[in-house]
Amino acid sequence: MQRRRLACLVLPIRPTKQAGRLRYRPTLANGQSRMSRRASVAIALWLAFLLVCVWLVSRASFTADLSAFLPSSPTPEQQLLVDQIKSGAASRLILIGIEGGDPAARARASRNLAARLRGDPRFPHIANGETLGLARDRQILLENRYLLSPAVNAERFSVAGLRAGVADSIDLLATSAGLFSKALLPRDPTGEFMQLLDAMGSRQHPQMADGVWVSRDGQRALLLARTRADGADTDAQEAAVAAIRAAFHAAAGPELRLALTGPGPFSVTARATIKGEVATLSGLGGLIIITILLLVYRSPTALLLGLLPVLSGALAGVAAVSLGFGVVHGVTLGFGTALMGEAVDYSIYLFTQSERAVAGEPRSSGTATWVATSWPTIRIGVLTSVFGFASLLFSGFPGLAQLGLYAIAGVVTAALITRFVLPRLLPVNLRLRDLSAFGRRVQVWVAWAGRLRAPVLVLFVAACVVLVTNSDHMWNRELAALSPVSAADQALDMSMRADLGAPDVRYLVVVTAASQEAALATSEHASVALRQLEAAGVIDAFESPAFYLPSQATQRQRLASLPPDAELRRRFKEAIADLPLRPDRCEPFFADVAKARGQRPLTRQDLEGSSLVEGVDALLLPSPGSWTALLPLRASASGAHAVLDAARVRAALAQTGLAGVHFVDIKGEADRLYQGYLREAILLSLSGLAAILGLLFATTRSPARVFRILAPLVVAVAVVIAGLVLAGRQLTILHLVGMLLVVAVGSNYALFFDRGLEEGGLSPRTLASLLVATSTTVAGFGILAFSSVPVLNAIGATVGPGAILALVFSAILARRT
Amino acid sequence: MSRSIRLLLGALLFGFTLSAQAAQFTVSQLMAALANNKHGAASFTEKKFISILDQPVESSGELLFIPPARLEKRTLKPKRETLVLDGDVLSIERRRQKHVLQLKDYPEVAGMIESMRATLAGDRKALERIYHLALQGDRERWTLVLIPRDAKVGGMVARIRMDGSQDEVRAVEILQADGDRSLMSIQKTALP
Repeated sequence: MQRRRLACLVLPIRPTKQAGRLRYRPTLANGQSRMSRRASVAIALWLAFLLVCVWLVSRASFTADLSAFLPSSPTPEQQLLVDQIKSGAASRLILIGIEGGDPAARARASRNLAARLRGDPRFPHIANGETLGLARDRQILLENRYLLSPAVNAERFSVAGLRAGVADSIDLLATSAGLFSKALLPRDPTGEFMQLLDAMGSRQHPQMADGVWVSRDGQRALLLARTRADGADTDAQEAAVAAIRAAFHAAAGPELRLALTGPGPFSVTARATIKGEVATLSGLGGLIIITILLLVYRSPTALLLGLLPVLSGALAGVAAVSLGFGVVHGVTLGFGTALMGEAVDYSIYLFTQSERAVAGEPRSSGTATWVATSWPTIRIGVLTSVFGFASLLFSGFPGLAQLGLYAIAGVVTAALITRFVLPRLLPVNLRLRDLSAFGRRVQVWVAWAGRLRAPVLVLFVAACVVLVTNSDHMWNRELAALSPVSAADQALDMSMRADLGAPDVRYLVVVTAASQEAALATSEHASVALRQLEAAGVIDAFESPAFYLPSQATQRQRLASLPPDAELRRRFKEAIADLPLRPDRCEPFFADVAKARGQRPLTRQDLEGSSLVEGVDALLLPSPGSWTALLPLRASASGAHAVLDAARVRAALAQTGLAGVHFVDIKGEADRLYQGYLREAILLSLSGLAAILGLLFATTRSPARVFRILAPLVVAVAVVIAGLVLAGRQLTILHLVGMLLVVAVGSNYALFFDRGLEEGGLSPRTLASLLVATSTTVAGFGILAFSSVPVLNAIGATVGPGAILALVFSAILARRT
Repeated sequence: MSRSIRLLLGALLFGFTLSAQAAQFTVSQLMAALANNKHGAASFTEKKFISILDQPVESSGELLFIPPARLEKRTLKPKRETLVLDGDVLSIERRRQKHVLQLKDYPEVAGMIESMRATLAGDRKALERIYHLALQGDRERWTLVLIPRDAKVGGMVARIRMDGSQDEVRAVEILQADGDRSLMSIQKTALP
């Protein structure tokens, strides 16, 4: 049944022109009405399909953020990474640099900018080195020292503990710090306040000039902003970036420049770049393809008809991705541009190969011939492409899976429209340029090209040598390789981070718990293990939200360790018996301890308005149903590439037996994630190749023919990749996809040469059509090589040259009869 | 070249002032002599008399002055501590901790520290911004007394007295507003 219907559809129809309108009528008198009904059904189905696609596309949401690079079904470790990338403390940081002018102008601008941004609720924290809340900080630390100081415990308030504390404080009086501590000695003879100041002040400090942070060379004023919005919320980040720019223009003179880096600004820039480039590159690619088609067809009607399958394919692609993924990534749209060049091939074959040989012969007979002779070849070509793309569907890398789905939907739609709809729309009087003469010239070249077989083989061997000798370092194994952020911006970010004292959080202990209190308490328990690691030199330092806000339990424990007044006086008197301090001087101390004993534990609200609350908010994050505490670790060795003994940290944390405590190496995890993608992509590409092999073998049933079809493609891939390696390019996962595409796309050309061989040589028109088809494919893909988005650039640089080489090598390596 | 010119100029000025005011040693002369002094390494011992303590506390260490704005005080006993004043930034390193402070956040301390640095630098302007100056004695044995003008500094420091000879400061006595007192004696050493 199915077969009969298809056979009917295959029957040629002749469109006739009546009263200025095109009408389509089957050429066979027999079953005339049935045929016209079939034609109407095909066109109606197509229009309905287009309507559905347009509806889906109009409802689709588009994005250009990081989501395409994050795993769709992450492991628990990857989930921690994804959470950090999307909403972690580091994801909300924006680094601001002010350049140009003189130091005083930069400092002024820094203060003005900070003052403006501090009034903006989008930024809970702005730091530029100014010490604004100093008095408030000191007051909070002093008044709550017995709740906050980690040194407070029962031992500290024993006779020996008190003596050690007082002796330390007296020693401190001898140093210049004594100036600060002297006044506090009667109130705080055990030095808890100084302890706290030491603990709080141990963070690295940027260099200062004119009262604000500056870079080490002093040429740039530095600020640090934390956004309320998640780093992955690109719209909110865009608003934040715009707010900073606006505030800067209002706050700074025209001689000053603003530099912004950080995850937020980078994703904003990346999105703008992707948006801009997708628009420009599709426009340019489309223009080139249209120009080629106009030159070839010399007919606007043919051009418009030829573009119908392409546009239908593009619509279907976007609609399918929207349906399958819920969101369409900008990179996918950029890739769609390239695919236009491939999808337009089918109509080129139809138009140029079915052009009637003799004037006066009806076009419909040409179409019928095309359906009978060329379509089976094209069908295999479409199927090999689909098989190649299908392997991408299984990727855990959402970006790849989207490309795969888009390509399959686009190619299949374009091919079906070309086969079943386009022939019915061709006007009877459509005159196209006859490419036979051109094809005959090409034939001469192809005949001559056979002499180049030996050089091609030499080239292939040379390419293999290049690939084998470079095999250990030609792959880039870092996720950053896919980042659309320019190398210059990344370098600027690195340098500003180093100047700011490296809030580049690479190593983290992530604590998840059901409540804020549990998260703080677990952080405190984990801190015990981390302190041992610190003492052992495994880590240099670490931070914890519990430093700023200890858990209620710990605070109560500290309060409980304070002795009652009479007991304290007795112990204190005994403790300082041989020290040069008189107990009657220390009445304020006894009063403070008595007051502290009646205190209730601090909550976040009590810290409001101090820099302590910044520490709490940055490191203690609520999420639906749970709380996350972040404990950033600093590696021992100094420098940007300090590496930490992750195994020891993991072991130490595991020994604590605490639940919900994980060590994350952000960069390591990201690179492992990418390496996972790469391994998976290699596997998928190989299975795609195997599927193509299987398909070719099933259709040709001849190993020799399969070999002849694939040999030029393999040579083309090897030569292109060797060329990229020689040009100093590091290969990424997208180059790998590009290789698969060279095979999937190039197989169409190789198949024609193979069929030509079977039939005793390719016809001049087929040859000509192949050349036109290749040029549109090369234009579509090649234009992507000019993109600054690495994902698109890699595909363009691989498939563009690969498609040309696939055609050339197919011509050279085709067996001569 | 420039050094010899400065020496020559200094000698000329010196000769002129000698002939004009042979008896009186002026603040300008002292400041000029101090400003000319490039040798800034010394050892110190400091005694602090603090009312809440029954005995004075003693400390010792090294001083290093690099004109015009860097003053380092390295206390070696009883506890190691390094204090570096560079421009407007004061950093204190003690135990494993380093604190970086802005002088303008601590005006009273700033005044006290500036007395030392500005004297060593021979920076009369900076000194007179904060203190009234009074000089007694002659070039061989002089005493410079600083009385704070500024109320904030006055709240901390009652009087600073420096004793010296020629271009060297030998002793610094700081009398604090609360009656506590510190006495630092300074011994010039060769540059390390």
